[in-house]
Amino acid sequence: MSQLTANGVRIDDTFAEAFGLRATALVITAPTVKWARQAAVTMTGFGTSVIGCGAEAGIDRDMPASETPDGRPGVRVLLFSTSTAELQKQLQGRVGQCVLTSPGSACYAGLAGAETLKLGGALRFFGDGFQVAKRLGDKRYWRIPVMDGEFVCEATTGLTKAAVGGGNLIVMGGRAETTLAAAEAAVAAIDAVPDAIMPFPGGIARSGSKVGAKYKGMIASTNDAYCPTLKGSGRSELDADIASVLEIVIDGLTSDAVAGAMRAGLAAIVALGPERGALRVGAGNYGGKLGPHHYHLKDLLP
Amino acid sequence: MSAFVFTLRDQPAQRLDLAPLAPLRLKGLSKAEIAAIALNTTRERVTVGDVFSLRSGDAAQIQFEGGSERFDRVGAEMTDGDITVNGPVGTQAGRRMTGGRLTIAGDAGPWTGSGMHGGVLEIKGSAGERLGGPLSGETAGMRGGVLIVRGDAGPRAGDRLRRGTIVIDGAAGPYLGSRMIAGTVIVRGQAGALPGYLMARGTLVLGERCEALPPTFADCGVHELVANSLISKFINPFSPDSAAILRRPMRRLLGDMAVIGRGEIFCPAG
Repeated sequence: MSQLTANGVRIDDTFAEAFGLRATALVITAPTVKWARQAAVTMTGFGTSVIGCGAEAGIDRDMPASETPDGRPGVRVLLFSTSTAELQKQLQGRVGQCVLTSPGSACYAGLAGAETLKLGGALRFFGDGFQVAKRLGDKRYWRIPVMDGEFVCEATTGLTKAAVGGGNLIVMGGRAETTLAAAEAAVAAIDAVPDAIMPFPGGIARSGSKVGAKYKGMIASTNDAYCPTLKGSGRSELDADIASVLEIVIDGLTSDAVAGAMRAGLAAIVALGPERGALRVGAGNYGGKLGPHHYHLKDLLP
Repeated sequence: MSAFVFTLRDQPAQRLDLAPLAPLRLKGLSKAEIAAIALNTTRERVTVGDVFSLRSGDAAQIQFEGGSERFDRVGAEMTDGDITVNGPVGTQAGRRMTGGRLTIAGDAGPWTGSGMHGGVLEIKGSAGERLGGPLSGETAGMRGGVLIVRGDAGPRAGDRLRRGTIVIDGAAGPYLGSRMIAGTVIVRGQAGALPGYLMARGTLVLGERCEALPPTFADCGVHELVANSLISKFINPFSPDSAAILRRPMRRLLGDMAVIGRGEIFCPAG
């Protein structure tokens, strides 16, 4: 594969291939940042891949009390899925089990849109007839009595059909420690990009996958071409000096958000350099035929 | 472009129906056409030109210089734009308005904001009885928008309120929020006897201790609720002092148990 070099880091002349998804955003607030984050972390758990989790979810950013609807500390969460029906199901299940249950929480729309998903409108039935609606201006909230007071939840939240899932960077290094350091630097940079999340643990996936498998019923299996222990197998894409590979997967509310996140991540990896970080950066694609969104690394370089 | 100004010549000899002088209805009319509009409510014909001297301007911003308690239905059914009355008005100002902003610099009569659906109605003086309430035979009063009274409100303010927000910076008369269906009423000053009389749903917020709370409300204790901070934030641009009431713990009373008891009164914790 032809390569460019930036600050001593080899950049593959390839592209990340991404897919259209449905997405929504929420603002979760609580009496303290700790409990707002707790509700958000619980809600976004088991939300790494639409293949096995039904949704991909993550924290977009912390919100100061001055920015939230109720003047308490908050967290903005993004949720992605393949269809509107599945997104609605995941939203209802996750907010109902993980946010409604969290001490002192409240939940609001984090995205304005012409199309909406039910939020409080679906959860209100937990109130068993004691729930009350409160309309203020053009917003409608449900107040559901719970054991520590009331769970306040906006009736609806916005839906976008322009979301993109599957932007990615493949970080390759000479040692596990330096590869992880490069991936962590990229995650920290991408964290600052609005409207984008990295759904895998700490933003990093170590088990990148390819489509299909030799076994029936497996729709994805290990990306053997990028497994360093199989370097000599003949199908490997890795150079002799690569000993560890990590992948950063990015979902965004817009294609621009994904491109911005990849640009920020790539810049952080390049800035760290090959001594302390990655030797090489690549991206995952399926030949360009499956996903409509292509992000070429050479276009994203700093 | 400056406002279209109607300056009162003399106190009118009969009650006037000023509903025709709303931005949407004046749009595209010439000064002469506007002057010919009839405002009479008796058999004696009175036109705009008889009552007011006119200064042309932007019909989306209407200004009345001088007012009268005989000015009825000012801004009734207005949909957009701005109307300001520098003086008092009579009955049914802002009746069934759906948008825009109506400002009354003086006092307003009964049924101000009756059945309003949207927009902002501000009364800088005091309001008469049945603020936002329905006329005889109607099932619901105000249905949306924001109604602010800087002075006091008469008896039965918010009668049969269905939706929307009423803020009274002064005191309220007896039977505040009577027969409320839903919606929100905040009173910063003293409320008269029996607030929430027969209210089904909705929220009444009392800034001061009420001497005669209804016996058909159940004390649910003192709470600091997220919902109150949302209301506070919503009304803050209209009345920061009334918004401040909601930022402290308040006693919640549930009622009126004489009907379905799904409404609430918030009053000072002490």
